[in-house]
Amino acid sequence: MIYGNLKVRKLKDRLAYAIALLCVFAAAVPLISILLDVLVKGLPQFSVEFFTSELPSPGTGEPGGIGPAMIGSMYVIMIGSAIGIPIGIFSGIYVSEYGNNWFGRSVRFLTEVLSGLPSIVVGIFAFLLLVLGLGGPTAYAGGFALSIIMVPVVSRSTEESLKLVPNTIREASLALGVPRWKTTLNVVLSHGRAGIITGVILSIARIAGESAPLLLTVGWSPFVQTSISEPISTMPVLIYLYGTSPYENWINVAWGTSAFLVIFILSLSIGVRLLTRGKFAYSRL
Amino acid sequence: MHTAGCDILSDKKYKMETNELNAWFGSFQAIKNVSMKIRGNLTTAIIGPSGCGKSTLIRCLNRMHEVTPKARAKGRVLLDGEDIYSRDVDPVEIRRKVGMVFQKPNPFPTMSVFDNVAFGLRANGIRDEEFITKQVERSLRQAALWKEVEDNLDGCGAGISGGQQQRLCIARALAIEPEVVLMDEPCSALDPIATSKIEDLIFDLKEHYTVIIVTHNMQQAARVADYTAFMYLGELIEYSKTKRIFENPEEELTEKYITGRFG
Repeated sequence: MIYGNLKVRKLKDRLAYAIALLCVFAAAVPLISILLDVLVKGLPQFSVEFFTSELPSPGTGEPGGIGPAMIGSMYVIMIGSAIGIPIGIFSGIYVSEYGNNWFGRSVRFLTEVLSGLPSIVVGIFAFLLLVLGLGGPTAYAGGFALSIIMVPVVSRSTEESLKLVPNTIREASLALGVPRWKTTLNVVLSHGRAGIITGVILSIARIAGESAPLLLTVGWSPFVQTSISEPISTMPVLIYLYGTSPYENWINVAWGTSAFLVIFILSLSIGVRLLTRGKFAYSRL
Repeated sequence: MHTAGCDILSDKKYKMETNELNAWFGSFQAIKNVSMKIRGNLTTAIIGPSGCGKSTLIRCLNRMHEVTPKARAKGRVLLDGEDIYSRDVDPVEIRRKVGMVFQKPNPFPTMSVFDNVAFGLRANGIRDEEFITKQVERSLRQAALWKEVEDNLDGCGAGISGGQQQRLCIARALAIEPEVVLMDEPCSALDPIATSKIEDLIFDLKEHYTVIIVTHNMQQAARVADYTAFMYLGELIEYSKTKRIFENPEEELTEKYITGRFG
């Protein structure tokens, strides 16, 4: 009996399969129940007023809306993106195209460290630097904190997608007497475009739901703000404040906001998947 | 080995010349003291077994060798009598004059057929679209590809067949009007029909260009080259007229390789 007992082996195989399946359920059930819970309690809140009205007064029973918080979130996401995306893309380009030296390797190591940084630490950094330093919570302090979270995500995905560009393509351009920087800009970047755009969109999805840094930096305002140097309301902070309040209409608004955030983030991620699927995905982007 | 006669550097017949050229990858020496003179408007083939340094040699001729990490070269390479490795020479300028076609067809996959050929012109600052259109057609005709792609100029550069892709790469190299065209085993990824098309093309090219071709295939060297160099383990063993190399080689090693007794 060199081969052992076949029946025992089959049993072991079944057992391993069953355990794996069980773990899949253990992982999927909480996820799905969270999603369902949020959607079941949040979706009924959706209405035109919900997305346009002012924040409701507490305990009045009026439904109110999240207009100011949506606009506030848009501010911080746009400020974060305006700072984070260019820095992330260019540092990714540096590491991939010019970083074959100790400095490039240190930059890559630092972005890894940065991407593992707890977001509350990023928040406290922005708080000390911009909120205490410049006298109060502001939209741009929040945007700045979000950009710090964004940079490593964008930088890594840029680097990874440029590394996938075959060297023969770079050489083809260099051999035509095209300088290095033009080769990077015109050939390498256009080839890695799909991956970079994917990374950028996913990083936006990532910061859209970030709450810890915003709790420390943007403060709160129930009104629509036109200035980025004022405190503002944002969706994650709204969920925190309203969700933990004792007022029923606030709690409902928090559920609605949660559902909206989840749908927003999921559609970004799913949209990217659909867009970048297939062999010639880059021609679509 | 064939260094005699350095005093005729200015001789116009010689388009390029290497002088005691050495090249390394890290600590591995791929090219050892190669000195050879390459005549203008003729085709020179470099043959030899795998790993003998023939690709490295031609990559030194347009300073593409140094693009590889940890690669370096020492010695002199003259183009029209000017040392392309001298300190004040920009490798970008050299690569405009000495074009290159690679082993595997490598068209830019994100660009159309037209844009592939036009890329070198546009990236070198030419904005005159009329001139670019003319030049693209001329290059595609020279590369014997025009008839096959004239209705599909907007098609994807990677969407044509392998043989067409390689001719597209040749057209792309010709579009910027180089003086020398280096070809690194241009047919090794192609079938016999595509190969014979490219060989015909190489034959026509020497009217306007100096062609240096690295090949694995001895018959190919015999068919297309006026001069042939045989390399072995990084050294230039023998270099003379193709007919002479194949019919009456001086070195025993060359004869062994030609007759297939090693390599």
